[in-house]
Amino acid sequence: MSAALTIPMEHGLLLAAILFSIGLLGVMVRRNIIFILMSLEIMLNACAMVFIIAGAHWGQPDGQIMFMLILSVAAAEVAVGLGLLLQVFRRFDSLDIDKANRMRG
Amino acid sequence: MIQLGLFYIAATITIASSLLAITRHNASHALIYLIVSLLGSAIVFYVLGAPFAAVLEVLIYAGAIMVLFVFVIMMLNLGAAGIKNEQLWLKPGMWIVPSLLCLALLAEILYLLNSSSQALSGAVIGPKAVGIELFGPYVLAVEIASMLLLAGLVGAYHLGRRYLLDMRGESI
Amino acid sequence: MAEFVSLIPLMPLIGFLVLVCTLGKLPRLWVGLVGAGSIAIAFLLVVLTGLEYLGQPEPTPYTVDVYTWMQLEGFTTNISFLIDGLSLTMLSVITGVGFLIHVYSALFMWEDRDYSRFFSYMNLFVAAMLLLVLADNLLVLFVGWEGVGLCSYLLVGFWHEERANGAAARKAFVVTRIGDTAMALGMFLLFIHLGTLDMQAMARQASELWLPGDMVVTIACLLLVGGAVGKSAQLPLQTWLPDAMAGPTPVSALIHAATMVTAGVYLIARNHELFLLAPTALLTVAVIGAVTLLMAAFAAMTQTDIKRILAYSTISQIGYMFLALGVGAWSAAIFHLMTHAFFKALLFLGAGAVIYSLHHEHNIFRMGGLRSKLPVAFWSFMIGSAALAALPLTSGFYSKDLILLATYDQAPFGGWLLAAGMLGALLTAIYSFRLVFIVFFGEAKTEPEAPAGRLMALPLIILSVLALVGGTIAVPVEAVFPAAVEADHSGWMPIIIAGVPILGVLLAYFMYLKPVIPITLFTESALGKQLIAFWYSHWAMDWIYDQLVVKPYCAIAALNRKDIIDWFYNGIASVLRQAHQVSITSQSGQLRTYVAVVAAGLVLTIAVFLGILLP
Repeated sequence: MSAALTIPMEHGLLLAAILFSIGLLGVMVRRNIIFILMSLEIMLNACAMVFIIAGAHWGQPDGQIMFMLILSVAAAEVAVGLGLLLQVFRRFDSLDIDKANRMRG
Repeated sequence: MIQLGLFYIAATITIASSLLAITRHNASHALIYLIVSLLGSAIVFYVLGAPFAAVLEVLIYAGAIMVLFVFVIMMLNLGAAGIKNEQLWLKPGMWIVPSLLCLALLAEILYLLNSSSQALSGAVIGPKAVGIELFGPYVLAVEIASMLLLAGLVGAYHLGRRYLLDMRGESI
Repeated sequence: MAEFVSLIPLMPLIGFLVLVCTLGKLPRLWVGLVGAGSIAIAFLLVVLTGLEYLGQPEPTPYTVDVYTWMQLEGFTTNISFLIDGLSLTMLSVITGVGFLIHVYSALFMWEDRDYSRFFSYMNLFVAAMLLLVLADNLLVLFVGWEGVGLCSYLLVGFWHEERANGAAARKAFVVTRIGDTAMALGMFLLFIHLGTLDMQAMARQASELWLPGDMVVTIACLLLVGGAVGKSAQLPLQTWLPDAMAGPTPVSALIHAATMVTAGVYLIARNHELFLLAPTALLTVAVIGAVTLLMAAFAAMTQTDIKRILAYSTISQIGYMFLALGVGAWSAAIFHLMTHAFFKALLFLGAGAVIYSLHHEHNIFRMGGLRSKLPVAFWSFMIGSAALAALPLTSGFYSKDLILLATYDQAPFGGWLLAAGMLGALLTAIYSFRLVFIVFFGEAKTEPEAPAGRLMALPLIILSVLALVGGTIAVPVEAVFPAAVEADHSGWMPIIIAGVPILGVLLAYFMYLKPVIPITLFTESALGKQLIAFWYSHWAMDWIYDQLVVKPYCAIAALNRKDIIDWFYNGIASVLRQAHQVSITSQSGQLRTYVAVVAAGLVLTIAVFLGILLP
């Protein structure tokens, strides 16, 4: 692979930023818990992308290693999050996150 | 050259499918779009010189985590009622304020990125290099990650149990 | 012997502590033994100390330092006790008469549910009173002063389940409190100018610092008199004593006849050096004494409750003591204090025996003909009333004789004071024998039970003897006071003074026993009825105080019901509560709202870091 016209780093970071804000938008707007969790996945993916870009910038595998750790965190989080989703569904009989508001003042 | 073009195409696909994923009414459709988005990310990783990361993205992220989502959606079996709920909940007026916030965030990042201009090295870092690095200096991180997964496993098992009793002694 | 002096007030205090710590669980016999026994031991110690003191060829007063209380910059106070003739006299009266009253009340209060509580309060009272008379300096005296005030409250309100008793106790406490405040102010004033509160040191320094008639010492002495009139129930603070008869009869005998009400007299007598420098204050004392004794005597003539008659009689007799102090007859005042303790305690205890036998009947017009049925009570009343009226050869005769003769010698105002004293003696004889004739002669209106037992009869007999022969006791206070003018026993005066009470007894005889004198002409007439009602209400003093003090105070309190001071604190609380209501709306419990707020915060923070937004 030649390194003639390499990709500018800002463009990669901009891509990651756009994906992050799309994920944030999804978390803020959607009421269904599944969609919220999906939007969280988008945000995590964006963060992982930043690390890959950084690794590519420095030419070191550390970026990919960090990516793998983020991946395992995402996996654990999804597992637990879906378990919580099942509990919420059982208790409130709906996936509306606005129903789980008993911690209000 | 090709890489540059590939990067932009893959980037566009990722962004478009992410946008579609968060705006669908049907959960399964949104999930598929999300998987497309992740595949697009994988291509971006490959173009950036991280093939191992790209493969991992497909295998684990799109292949395992998204499958978990599929399991849960199928299990809940919401059907037409679920889609009607989504139509009720998603009103166009709700998008305004969050969009403004996200656009503000993007504007700030743009402002930041404008100040510098750096190039990427473009070198391909293969699995071998990653492996040497991973089980060399970062072996502790591997162990901690495995413990994290164990904790996630135990938590998910406990939270998913069907026959939990609630406070009144009735089973849920 | 000096080391035993500190044990004198300690014994009743130990009795109090024992009774308190056993929480009323001791058997009745033990309670009585502890209660009366502690006073008996104190009396024994007083007798021993007295014998030793008087056995000296030249009795010299001495102080016993017990404890260093405070050592401050420029002010050192010890708890120290002064033994001289005056304190010995007071000690003997308190412990002796107190012991007899304790023995009496051991039987009188036997059926009461709160037997142990009663004796604990009585012992605490005696301890405080002993502290008062033993005190070397005004501060320790004030401690005893306050202590007896507290015990008076506790004992008057002893049967506190009846609201009226609690109200009477409160009235006693509040009225004496006013006097206590005046006394405290007097103490402050004296301390500022003299730098010490040790009474002997004050006496020395005062005569060096001030000339007689100086403004400062007059004001200080008037303030001390304010305290004395509160405790001794003289004008204008005497309204509490008749109502304080709500307490048990032994309490009335001990506190309101023999000891506590004499504390004011003791205070003035002890500080006589200061008072000699303030002739205006002394004149005030004499005038207060004279006016009070007349007012109380008129009131006593119209009363129907047996204990209230005795209460007004107490006020009247203390008026005599104040009169004696005011004219400079210090020894006479103390002598009268002692004899008054004897016969007044006798009268009260006798009244207790009558009340006890008649199932707590207090109205004398419902008694009658008890002469044969209650012989001990009858004779104690006869002897006590004779001493009260100052019939010749009783103890009361000697003491009142001294006072009236001293007043006679005094000028100016001596004539007026003497006239008041004589009129008071006449009225005293009339009302005391009115009481005797109505209660013990005539036909019986209520049938009494069997007279009370020996424990109640024995103190009555002993006190009767003392009331008769007490006039011969030479009170060893001559050395304490400046030499009084020798009473002039020649001329018509002594005969007139001796004759006035006899005239009073005869008048009472012909008014109540053989109604020859038509007093109904007076009592049934319109003017008579009004006068009698006026005297009955103690010259409307209660009504006056009600209008002047109580009603305005209650009006202000009602105005301040919402408590203006609290407005500030409640305001702070309500402001906080409203702020809470406002800020609680941000805790909606909606996750998406929280995320939006986090995102907005993130945007703002980054903007600040980038310098776009200045903080």
